[in-house]
Amino acid sequence: MQDKRFKIAHKEALIGVVLVIMNFAIWYGFAYGLGSGDPTEYKYVFGFPAWFFYSCIAGTIFMIICIWLAMKLFFKDIPLDEEEEKR
Amino acid sequence: MHWAVIVPLFVFLLIIFGIGIWANRQVVNSNSFLQEYFLGGREMGGFLLAMTMMATYGSASSFIGGPGVAYNTGLGWVLLAMAQLPAGYFVLMVLGKKFAIVARRIEAITLIDFLKKRYDSHTIIILSAISIIIFLFASMMAQWVGGARLIESLTGLSYTTALLIFAASVLIYVVIGGFRAVALTDALQGSIMIIGTVILLVATVIAGGGVDNIMQSLVTENPNLVSPFGADQSLTPLYVSTFWILIGLGVIGLPQIAVRAMSYKDSKSLHRAIIIGTIGIGTIMFGMHLIGVFARPVMPGIEIGDKVMPLLTLEVLPPVLAGVVLAAPMAAIMSTVNALLILVSSTVVKDIYLNYINPKATDKQIKTRSFWVTTIIGVTVVLFAVNPPELLIMLNLFAFGGLESAFLWSVVFGLYWKKANKYGAISSMIVGIGLYIYISEFQKNLFGMHSVTIPILASLIAFVVVSLIANKVKKIEDYHF
Repeated sequence: MQDKRFKIAHKEALIGVVLVIMNFAIWYGFAYGLGSGDPTEYKYVFGFPAWFFYSCIAGTIFMIICIWLAMKLFFKDIPLDEEEEKR
Repeated sequence: MHWAVIVPLFVFLLIIFGIGIWANRQVVNSNSFLQEYFLGGREMGGFLLAMTMMATYGSASSFIGGPGVAYNTGLGWVLLAMAQLPAGYFVLMVLGKKFAIVARRIEAITLIDFLKKRYDSHTIIILSAISIIIFLFASMMAQWVGGARLIESLTGLSYTTALLIFAASVLIYVVIGGFRAVALTDALQGSIMIIGTVILLVATVIAGGGVDNIMQSLVTENPNLVSPFGADQSLTPLYVSTFWILIGLGVIGLPQIAVRAMSYKDSKSLHRAIIIGTIGIGTIMFGMHLIGVFARPVMPGIEIGDKVMPLLTLEVLPPVLAGVVLAAPMAAIMSTVNALLILVSSTVVKDIYLNYINPKATDKQIKTRSFWVTTIIGVTVVLFAVNPPELLIMLNLFAFGGLESAFLWSVVFGLYWKKANKYGAISSMIVGIGLYIYISEFQKNLFGMHSVTIPILASLIAFVVVSLIANKVKKIEDYHF
């Protein structure tokens, strides 16, 4: 009696969890990986300190692209109402 | 008075007003008053859903408080603010379709409707209603105060007059228009928030002579301003990381956000909203906080953080454009208040009045009660805000964390875990709220983490352990929608 739509919904929720873990790893890795040294010796990319550029700017753009891809590739168009489902 | 600044703001208020009146016609013509007034008839498309999520979430602190802290802390605070990016996609992906399907099936209009059906417990209904009313009341009041201060500083009117003008305009469109008015004005307000952020960021970079130049002056002043650890090196990686729980992941537990995840039209709207919402939240949070940091070399020596954003806007932009940009924090404040107002009102009418006082109320009774309750709550909050008591301001600081500690696991497990039951939910609520109040009062930053971290973990453990034990002691049927 398990609703078939729930299987899809569960899979999509799981994709959300995976994306958030990726998001955190990129954000944390670049920020503290590149930013832990002496601030006067930072490298700069487009005027921003490298850690900031990769963690907050490039990382965010990368996440938006991943989310867009997830929508196109994995998220399914399913009806939400009960009547539509029975049809 | 800066007339050239005030005129665009005034035009903005008039348009918002018009939307309220238009939405009222929908309410009058609708055949299900409750669905229409509190959920806008579940008709939101992708753009509307994205904007209303963003506008509800982005509040006075994103536009006024946040940039002020960034001004004093540096790039480390922008890093912390970016923990909010998941608020745009995570909530909608996790609650997303399942919550919408279930809410339609059981005809839930409020978050409490959902909890009631899932756990079948009066204790849960009452605990939830009380936390929603207290925490959101406080939260609303702080937004009011912020809005009044902003108008006060722009127009030179007294605080009380500013508050009354601001409050009257918000109250009228919410009371007559309901959720549809809230969602539609959110769309306009959300767009203004994004446009305002971009204009101000560009103008600030130009005023500062380019990014290289600004960074150079920051490093000369204090190299730590460009490090992820903050000007005084107080931002530890552990502390900053725990903000992911408060402002990124835990947002699922905020009733004002969760209710939006059941009010959209179809799957396509959800998919579009996830993309638009993430881009929108990313732009605003990144832009506004970076503006705060960049303001430092452009306008050095501002002592009150909350004044950084308004002062900077008046400094770097021509007056009319400044009016448009300053409509952004106003929009952020209005859109947060209106969402909270309609939510508190639905809690009182739907969850308390219809459950306990008058279950057989006619449609007409519900209608007049809803209008009156919304009005009375709105006016009461305004009266409190005329002379804001210290305690309530303090309450607002932990309203976010308090609501998350109360609702996060009950919602998530209620949707996804068959064995979740009311005993688990009740204990997680009590443990969550209790620990959260205790830690934020007496043990701030326990183990160097944000005070919401431990209550969320503890209420998770309480939920799972108690649910399983209750299941052993007395066989409870696995429940699934």
